[in-house]
Amino acid sequence: MKIAVVIRHVPDLIEPLEVDSTGKAFDLSSAAFVLNESDDHALEQALLLKEKHGGSVTVLSIDFGDVDNSLYAAAAKGADQILKLLWDDPNRSPSPQQAARMYAEVLRSQGPDLVLVGVQAPDELDGVLSAELAVCLGWPYVGVVRGVQAADGQSLLVCKEFPGAVMAQYEVRLPAVLGILGAEQPPRYVPVSRIRAAMKSTQIAEQEAAVPAEAARVEVDQLYPPAPAERAEMLTGSPEQVANRIAALLEEKGLLR
Amino acid sequence: MSASDILVLAETPRGVLSGIVAELLGAARRLADATGGHVLAAVLSADGSPFVSGLQAADRILVVNHPSLAEYSPELFLAALQAVIQAETPRAVLVGSTSIGWDVAPLLAARLNAPLVLGCQQASIEDGQVRATCSLCGGKMLANVRIQEAPAILMILPGSFTPATSTGKAQVEPVSPPADLPAPDGARVAFRQWILPPPGDVDITAQTVLVAVGRGIQQKENLEPIQQLADLLGGAVCASRPIVDQGWLPTTRQVGKSGMTVKPKLYLALGISGAPEHVEGMSGSDLIIAVNTDPKAPIFDVADYGVQMDLMDLVEPLTQAIQAKKTT
Repeated sequence: MKIAVVIRHVPDLIEPLEVDSTGKAFDLSSAAFVLNESDDHALEQALLLKEKHGGSVTVLSIDFGDVDNSLYAAAAKGADQILKLLWDDPNRSPSPQQAARMYAEVLRSQGPDLVLVGVQAPDELDGVLSAELAVCLGWPYVGVVRGVQAADGQSLLVCKEFPGAVMAQYEVRLPAVLGILGAEQPPRYVPVSRIRAAMKSTQIAEQEAAVPAEAARVEVDQLYPPAPAERAEMLTGSPEQVANRIAALLEEKGLLR
Repeated sequence: MSASDILVLAETPRGVLSGIVAELLGAARRLADATGGHVLAAVLSADGSPFVSGLQAADRILVVNHPSLAEYSPELFLAALQAVIQAETPRAVLVGSTSIGWDVAPLLAARLNAPLVLGCQQASIEDGQVRATCSLCGGKMLANVRIQEAPAILMILPGSFTPATSTGKAQVEPVSPPADLPAPDGARVAFRQWILPPPGDVDITAQTVLVAVGRGIQQKENLEPIQQLADLLGGAVCASRPIVDQGWLPTTRQVGKSGMTVKPKLYLALGISGAPEHVEGMSGSDLIIAVNTDPKAPIFDVADYGVQMDLMDLVEPLTQAIQAKKTT
């Protein structure tokens, strides 16, 4: 099976998020970026399928947010081909609609059987890349996927997550796009030494894709952090002092039996 | 039909009207009052009649019955919903931020070339424009947005709107499914079966005390002292999504949108940031105590008590303090 995986770098939520001077967009000039978590799972799911059923894994990413490190890490984990789509604005990521059109253009010529993309990215506001891409390609789509198995050469068995740890199993005809929430096992760890080795041995192919004009249908008037929490009463002091206070609270409320 | 109507997708996974539909109807009523339009509820099913009683807060219930709609499948439901939208031309379509919503809303937007907003917490219509406040970046940012085009597709976060009250006067109207709707087995995405969680694990929905762990736990080995704390409190350990994704706890312990909804007497949230998807599953707890190193963590918005501290610095002294209280 020929599998393509789309990965993205997104702002690291551990770091403070800054808004630019317009008040309507993120200031990404000094942002730290990380691999989008569900894209990491999409890569893992692709590697698991390859290990089980053979085939190849191509990883694609638009060149935004210092993505090279994650591309080399993908190569170190077992991706066969790495492809970077050129993007020339370091301060603005492509919209899901723009990105989907760019990836679709490349994927049409690559001709994969299956495209895996993380189902969500934390900074998505007005579109979902995986679903947009499926519509651009005209391929079937299932999102919120937590497991994929090959049924035969023509189709896959796909588990979609529902509340209460319940899954719905679907048979999906190939070619298809899946929006991955979680792989069947946690993304594999790859030592830094192997990533360094991949940096020396891996050729990241670069490709130009036509950048479609941005047609924003959703106008952002203001982007801002929520007002500070008011509900929680903050308990302060040393760990022992806080622990004693919590224990007293639990006793007071009859929760220690 | 009217371009001022507000359409709600009434999803019914596993034959049950989804809990968020009442909230969607509440949001839709507010918007329809502003436009002077009606609230429409679309039920896509093999037989929509059992769901009609739960949708009486709508003005009109549009029922699309077809054997292919017996179980949810993205393509089939999208085709049926598109038929309803084309016939009704609503001003806005409200979809829950659910497993089904995460398929249908973005696919619909892409197919119709229509505006979509995710994580919608507030919505209104002013001067003919839909205005919404949306949560993004795990609840760490909000965006106020404006939409001119119709239909505006809003994916609504659970817990954001007051459920609508029933009028009992909703008109039920059958809607013809698309003539070319494939048979269930003929679809490119065909439902096969429901897979239920294996029995035998702790039922976290039945616990009075839950000690919940999130990304702040950092390594699996740290679960052991937390399990001891939970045992001491007579409760169980549960988790947010990243811990389950890591395989450190089974999916039956996951709290949140795609996990369990819990309402214990005590919810001790350790190292959980409080993304909306998690909060959705635990905000109904009686007492919430949250421990997080980030003073801006959204979990402190729903907690009764908060502690800004590394959870692993607190677990041992807390275990000792509770042990001391229990032995005196």
